[in-house]
Amino acid sequence: MTVIETNIGSRPEGAAGEVLLEAIGVSKVFPGVRALNEVDFTVRGGEVHALVGENGAGKSTLMKIFAGLYQPDGGEIRLRGEPITLPNPLSAHHCGISVIHQEFFLMNHLTVAQNIFIGREPKLAGGILNDDRAINQKASELLDRLGVEIDPRVHVGRLTVAQQQMVEIAKALSFNSSVLIMDEPTAALTATEVDTLFRIIDKFITPKTAVVYISHRMEEIKKISTSVTVLRDGELVATQPSSELTIHDIIQLMVGRQIASDIRPEPRVATSAALEVESLSTAKLLKEVSFTLEKGEILGFAGLMGAGRTETARALIGADPKTAGTVRISGEVVRIGHPGDAVRLGIGYLSEDRKRYGLILRQDVAANTVLASISEFTKYGILQDAAMRVAAEKWAKALSTKTPSVRQQVRNLSGGNQQKVVLAKWLQRDCDILIFDEPTRGIDVGAKQEIYDLLNRLTKEEGKSIIMISSEMEEVLRMSDRIVVMCDGRITGVLDNAEATQERIMELATRFDPTETPNEA
Amino acid sequence: MSVTTNAPISESPATGVKWAIPERYKVFLQQGMVLLVVVLLAIFFTIMRPNFASWSNISSLLLASVVTGVQALGLSFVIATGGIDLTPGLGMAATSVFAALLIADEGLGLPIWVGIIGGIAAGALLGLINGSLIAYLKMQPMIATLAMMMVCWGAALVMAGGKTVSLRSIAGYDQIAIGQLIPSVPNGVIILILLAIVAGIVMNKTAVGRYALAIGSNKEATRISGVNTPRWEVLAYIICGVFTGISGILMSSRLSAAQPTLGQGYEMYAIAAAVIGGTSLRGGRASIFGAVIGAVTIQTIFNGLTVMGVQDQWQKVVLGVVVLVAVFVDIMRRGGKEE
Repeated sequence: MTVIETNIGSRPEGAAGEVLLEAIGVSKVFPGVRALNEVDFTVRGGEVHALVGENGAGKSTLMKIFAGLYQPDGGEIRLRGEPITLPNPLSAHHCGISVIHQEFFLMNHLTVAQNIFIGREPKLAGGILNDDRAINQKASELLDRLGVEIDPRVHVGRLTVAQQQMVEIAKALSFNSSVLIMDEPTAALTATEVDTLFRIIDKFITPKTAVVYISHRMEEIKKISTSVTVLRDGELVATQPSSELTIHDIIQLMVGRQIASDIRPEPRVATSAALEVESLSTAKLLKEVSFTLEKGEILGFAGLMGAGRTETARALIGADPKTAGTVRISGEVVRIGHPGDAVRLGIGYLSEDRKRYGLILRQDVAANTVLASISEFTKYGILQDAAMRVAAEKWAKALSTKTPSVRQQVRNLSGGNQQKVVLAKWLQRDCDILIFDEPTRGIDVGAKQEIYDLLNRLTKEEGKSIIMISSEMEEVLRMSDRIVVMCDGRITGVLDNAEATQERIMELATRFDPTETPNEA
Repeated sequence: MSVTTNAPISESPATGVKWAIPERYKVFLQQGMVLLVVVLLAIFFTIMRPNFASWSNISSLLLASVVTGVQALGLSFVIATGGIDLTPGLGMAATSVFAALLIADEGLGLPIWVGIIGGIAAGALLGLINGSLIAYLKMQPMIATLAMMMVCWGAALVMAGGKTVSLRSIAGYDQIAIGQLIPSVPNGVIILILLAIVAGIVMNKTAVGRYALAIGSNKEATRISGVNTPRWEVLAYIICGVFTGISGILMSSRLSAAQPTLGQGYEMYAIAAAVIGGTSLRGGRASIFGAVIGAVTIQTIFNGLTVMGVQDQWQKVVLGVVVLVAVFVDIMRRGGKEE
C-alpha cells in the first residue's frame, strides 16, 4: 500500500468540536439476537470517527439506525443536542445524515448529475420539464468542491467503482450533510484510489462536519481517523482518540471478550490428506487459495465478512467458476466443473443460507433427504416412495431430527432441524467431505450444542472430514482442529488449535496487505 | 380458499415444529373446488338450456377439450420448472402440417404411423430447441418461446404453401380422434385419459417430475445438490413439445385436415387450463389431474355460452377473466408473499 498522506495533523484531534450526532443508550433487538445493547456513541464536528468491531458486533445495525432504516428499541438519537427520530431514509437526509453503503444506490443508466439530483430536479419555467443545464451546472460545482474531475453528463454505469463512490459523496454534499457515514469505503478500491478518497474526506471535513468511518482495515483507521469506537457483541467497548491506540490495542478491544466455555478439541494426530486445494483463484476475489483437509479433521475457516470463505467453498464445489486451481482427493487430481462433479466425488456443501441453497422448502423431509441420490431410489424409472421414506426415517432417527413425519414440508421445521435435513441429504449420498458454512447460524443455543456433538461424531466415529466456515470465534476455537484464516481473498495463516487465540485470528483476519504486517506494539 | 390455510401457524415449543396442512391435501382441495365449479357451471347451463346436458353435447364438449387438455399436460412440466412455453398453439399448427404432408396424397403419401411418429418427433425437436435456448443460452422463457411461436407460425404457412392440407382421402386417419372404440365415447377422450395417466406417473413417480418440481421450487439448491439442472429443464420442454405434437395429430384427425393457421391462442387455453387446475405459475407445484379438469372447465364455459347464444368474442373475455381469477387464487394460496 502506498503511503497515504493527509493533513490530518492539522485538525484538532479527539473531543474538540461541537457534538453533532449522538446515540444515547441505543438498543436494538432482533428475534433471538440483541444486536445493540445500550450503546452510547458521539460524533463531533471535525472528526473522522472510526467504528470497528467483529462481524455481528453491531456496526451495521448502528449505521442503519442513523440511516433511518432501523428503528431503535430503546435509547435516543440526538442531533446537536436535540432528540430526533429517523423513521425513514429521507428523514435522515433532511437531518443532514448521509450514508454511503457498500453497495451504491445509483442508477447506472442515468448521468452523474441526474443521479445526484434524483427526485429534486430543478424545473424549467412551467414546472414540467427538467432543467438539465441547471443540474449539470450544480453537479459540476459539487464535484469541483471535492476536487474530482468527473463529467456530470456521463452515465454512472461507465464510471469506475471509485468514481461512483465520489458521486455518492457529492450527493451527500448536495444535501448539505453534516455527518457522512461510510461503510467499508475502501473495500473495492485500489491503493491510489484510497489515497484520493482520503483527500476527499479531508476536503469534506470542516469544524461543522464529521465522517463516521466503518472499516476492518487497521492501517487505514490509524491513518484517517481521529477517534475510534469499538463495539463487541452489541456493546460499547471503548471510545478513544486514535493517537492513543496501536493496531494491536484495537484488535485486543475487538476480540477481548471472555469466552463463556473454554472448551477446546483434544489434540489429534495428523492423518493423510482427504482433500488438497492448490492455488484456487476466482476472477472476483480468491487469490491462490491453498490448504489441506486431513481425514477425520475439522478444519475451521475464520475471517471477516467478505474475506472469501464462502467463495472458496463455492468455487471448490464448482458452484461458481474458478480461474485456476488444482484439487486432489485422497491424492488424486480431480476435475470439478459443476456441483454434480463435487457430489459424485463425495463433497457435500451445507450453505449458510439453507433456505436458498440447501432445501426445497415446499417439498417434504423425505424428498429433500433423497434429492442428491434419487437414482438409488428408482426401479425401472419409477421412484420408490416407500424406500425413500424408510431412508428419510433412518436419518431423522440417527440425527434426532424433530419432525412429526418425513412427509412434513421442511419449511415447517425449525432452523436446527432444517440443518439436519440438509446433512441427511449428504449422508444419504455417502459424502465423506462435508463443508459446513456457518453451521449454527439462525439456530438457537440448545440446538447448537447438538450440532457440535454431531460434527464431532461425524469426524471421530464416522471418519468424515469437515470444513467448518464460521464467523463465531468461540465456535471456531472450540470445534476446529486447525484454523485457516482468510482476509481479502487470501489465506493469511493456518493455526493449530493449540496456538490459536482470538487475537491471533483477528490479526490474521485483518491483514489486508501482504507486504505490510501489523505492527505488534 | 379455505380459512385454515390463512390461520396463523402455531409453533409448539416442545418439538419446534410448526403445524400446517400438508401440501398434497391442499392440492386435492383445489382440484375438488375446480371440479365443483365445473359441476355448478354444468347445472347452471342445463337449467338455462336443457340441451346442454344431452350426451351428444357433452361428448362433443369433451372431444373439444382434448387438444387443450393434451397441451396442458405437457405444459405442466414446463410450468413446474418455473418456466413457460408459448409454442403449444402454433407449434401444433406446424407439427400437424408436417405430419399431414408426410401422409397426404399431395405430400409424400407415407403410412399413417409414419405421420404420427413424424408429428411427435417434430414436436420433440421444437421442445429441444425451446429448452436449449432457455436452459443453456439463458434466454427468458417468455421471450424465447414467443419468438419460437412466430417461427412455428411461419414454418406452418411455408410448409403448407399457405393453404389447408386435406387428409380427407386418408382412410382411417379421422378415426384416431373421433372413432369410438368404446361406444359413444370418442377415441380422443380415451387418448387424453391415457396420456393423463402417463403424465401423472411421470410427474409424480419418476425423477423427471421430481427434478422439475425441485427446479421450480429452488433451482440453486437443486443444482448444489448435484443435479444437472439444465438437462432436466430441457427435458421438461421436450415433454411439452411431444404433447404439442400429439395435440397436432389429434386436431388434424378431428378435422381431417391440417390448417397452418389453426392454433393461435391455443397456448393461452393450455396455460389457463393448467392454472385453473392448480399448477402454480411460479413453479414448484403442478397438478396433472387438474390440467385435465382445467381443460374441461374451459370447454364447458365455451360450450355453455355458445348453447346460450353468447357471441364468440364475449366468450374470450369471459375466459380471460376466469384465468385472472385462477392466477389470483394462486397468489392467495401462497399467502401473497414470495418465499
